[in-house]
Amino acid sequence: MSTASVANHGAAHDHGDHEHHDNFVTKYIFSQDHKMIAKQYLVTGMFWALLGGFLSVLFRLQLGFPEMDMSFLRPILGGWIDETGHLDPTFYLALVTMHGTIMVFFVLTAGLSGTFSNFLIPLQIGARDMASGFMNMLSYWLFFLSGVIMFISLFLKTGPASGGWVVYPPLSALEQAIPGSGLGMTLWLVAMTFFIASSLMGGINYITTVINLRTKGMSFSKLPLTIWAFFLTAVIGLLSFPVLFAAALLLVFDRSFGTSFYLSDIYIGGEALPNTGGSPVLYQHLFWFLGHPEVYIVLLPALGITSEVIATNSRKPIFGYKAMIISLLGITVLSFVVWAHHMFVSGMNPFLGSIFMFLTLIIAVPSAVKVFNYLTTLWRGNLIFTPAMLFSIGLVSFFISGGLTGIFLGSSAIDIQLHDTYFVVAHFHLVMGSASFFGMIAGVYHWFPKMFGRMMDAKLGYIHFWITFVGVYMVFFPMHYIGIAGFPRRYYTFTNFDFTNMYTDLNMFVSVAAIITFAAQFIFLFNFFYSMYKGRKATLNPWQSNTLEWTTPLHPGHGNWPGEIPSVYRWPYDYSKPGAEEDFIPQTVPLSATPESNLPHEQELVKVELEIMKEEEDVLVSNEAKH
Amino acid sequence: MEKELKYVDLVDQPIAMHPKKFALWLFLVTIVMIFAALTSAYIVRQSEGNWLEYDLPTIFWYTSGIVIVSSICLQYAYSAAKKDNLAGLRIGLGLAVLFGIAFLVGQWYSWVALVDENVFFVGNPSGSFLYVFTGLHAVHLISGVIFLIIVLISTFRYKVHSKSMNTLEMATTFWHFLAALWLYLFMFLLLNH
Repeated sequence: MSTASVANHGAAHDHGDHEHHDNFVTKYIFSQDHKMIAKQYLVTGMFWALLGGFLSVLFRLQLGFPEMDMSFLRPILGGWIDETGHLDPTFYLALVTMHGTIMVFFVLTAGLSGTFSNFLIPLQIGARDMASGFMNMLSYWLFFLSGVIMFISLFLKTGPASGGWVVYPPLSALEQAIPGSGLGMTLWLVAMTFFIASSLMGGINYITTVINLRTKGMSFSKLPLTIWAFFLTAVIGLLSFPVLFAAALLLVFDRSFGTSFYLSDIYIGGEALPNTGGSPVLYQHLFWFLGHPEVYIVLLPALGITSEVIATNSRKPIFGYKAMIISLLGITVLSFVVWAHHMFVSGMNPFLGSIFMFLTLIIAVPSAVKVFNYLTTLWRGNLIFTPAMLFSIGLVSFFISGGLTGIFLGSSAIDIQLHDTYFVVAHFHLVMGSASFFGMIAGVYHWFPKMFGRMMDAKLGYIHFWITFVGVYMVFFPMHYIGIAGFPRRYYTFTNFDFTNMYTDLNMFVSVAAIITFAAQFIFLFNFFYSMYKGRKATLNPWQSNTLEWTTPLHPGHGNWPGEIPSVYRWPYDYSKPGAEEDFIPQTVPLSATPESNLPHEQELVKVELEIMKEEEDVLVSNEAKH
Repeated sequence: MEKELKYVDLVDQPIAMHPKKFALWLFLVTIVMIFAALTSAYIVRQSEGNWLEYDLPTIFWYTSGIVIVSSICLQYAYSAAKKDNLAGLRIGLGLAVLFGIAFLVGQWYSWVALVDENVFFVGNPSGSFLYVFTGLHAVHLISGVIFLIIVLISTFRYKVHSKSMNTLEMATTFWHFLAALWLYLFMFLLLNH
């Protein structure tokens, strides 16, 4: 199980008829190959993204056109559209809840980390597969099961969970509170339990693989930043998801067994409930201890992908490789000590609020370092505007514009005005939602040739990018104003209050922009599935990139490299090195092969390198002799 | 068609730890986080007042002893396996399983003692927390007992010996961890009561 390599690859070719051929089930369904599992995650993630996006279009219709006759949606929504053709207000709450849950967990956690950690970790560190292929498969199928349960909950008569994606008790704990807190909430909790198990299995695998299965020479200081990001994402998940499990477990006991962890002194219809002694704020603490790191679970992989795509397409080494790693580490650590900034108005001690505000604002430092490094990498680079590059630059743009509003929200005094308004919605949709989504799309465009051996169409990619990029700003920028004006999120309609009446036009505008942006995603879907079969055949290294995945065959088999796993001799960012013949030097090229471009300290390393290569030669010879 | 590649381990791979063992340690981290969350929730909730005070069941002292003895037995089994002493290995493992089950029975009686004291699962969170701590720990311990029984069966198939220690090592790590976890919970309850 340790790092393995083919010693008898010659023999494997000679005896082709002895090879084991996968059947359909083991190849496409219960596959243990990390590449197939990654594709499964990707396609499932795309399904959920479509569904989550569709739900948002539904509630945007309600917000933008409150008087609209929605009878035409009755074939899909059935009884949730009342006789007068209006959306049921309770179902509106279910829509925002499920939109949040789906997007945060199923799309941007499983779809993003699941796809790219699985696909890239073994390929970029030079491993045959994940540490445990079986556990990896199990991780996907638990995620699938979780998705099935969540999907079923959408069709319940009482509706799916509707207490917001954060499922705060007592709203989520009491069936009497809202119809969705009945069976819908139960299924939500069951689905999330499977989801947590799936994430943990995935995360354990990612960490183990990165630590134990790197190829020769792949030290942590030579790891691509993608892998650093995936690794730290998995670490964050490993530490925070169990806490969500603990929170959910106590919620289950409160809901189904009558305990009072979160419930106290509640009167319904004048009758007091028997529960005493619970504390709803306790749930908020436990939830946000996961909830805030979750933001970085979503964002870090996108940042890692961006680092790789921007460096490759700027034909420049990433600016501040070590600073990038240190800021990733900084974000990882800080993500665990800022959770209470979601709870400034929960009645907690103002002194505590000041501490959390201080810690929150510190996160701006590593984030700004990252932005600075992206910009300086782009600065005077030989930019190649592939669709992936455009989406990565889009990510940087959202990270800046959404990050700035984070400073407002992180200040406990200003947060009193802005808390739970559309300002918050605008903030996190830009910095976490759209930025991570753009990172994911950039990753798909960039690694599509490795996944399917074909290229996606660039022109369609450009159209997709521009509509989506402009669309996202059109959707979320106006929300800042609505939020500053004080309109709370999760409210059914804007027309109920005099002070928000004037925003009806703006909301109409936002809704139209949202629908166009959503529609533009079908361009991407068409491009994706069309190119999978009919796209231009890819070359082995279409972006002239340095990392290891581009040294595999066009359609890598299970095991990734047909021969020995290549050794690594340099960092992954040797682009446009002065003196070098080409503008990129893959990680597999030894320093001794490039005396013309070596820096003085690298020339020193050549000696050490030659000694190591000689040792390897001996091992190979002895292996060959054994077979 | 995809080719199934045959590969052979290189002799001199500088691997620090077997990947499965490493994965086990990561799994232990997740358990630590669950109990860290629950015990800190206990402290936060306790500081808010309205907290039922009651005596911890004295049987916890005995179960703590039992779980330590069980760990010692397993450690003995481990060192026996290292010396290829199969009889010692089986006896040690068997005793560890028996003491593990005895521990679980003891924990059950602690619940009985709590009920006698009128401390119920449903009621003041102070009591509910105790049930959650012991219950969740017992669930993990049951999985540990199953793991040990699997290893015990494999000793009768001569699959555990000084050259094949991986499963036993993992079982030992897990078992010691569970014992330590219980001792932590007990100490925690003693100190925060």
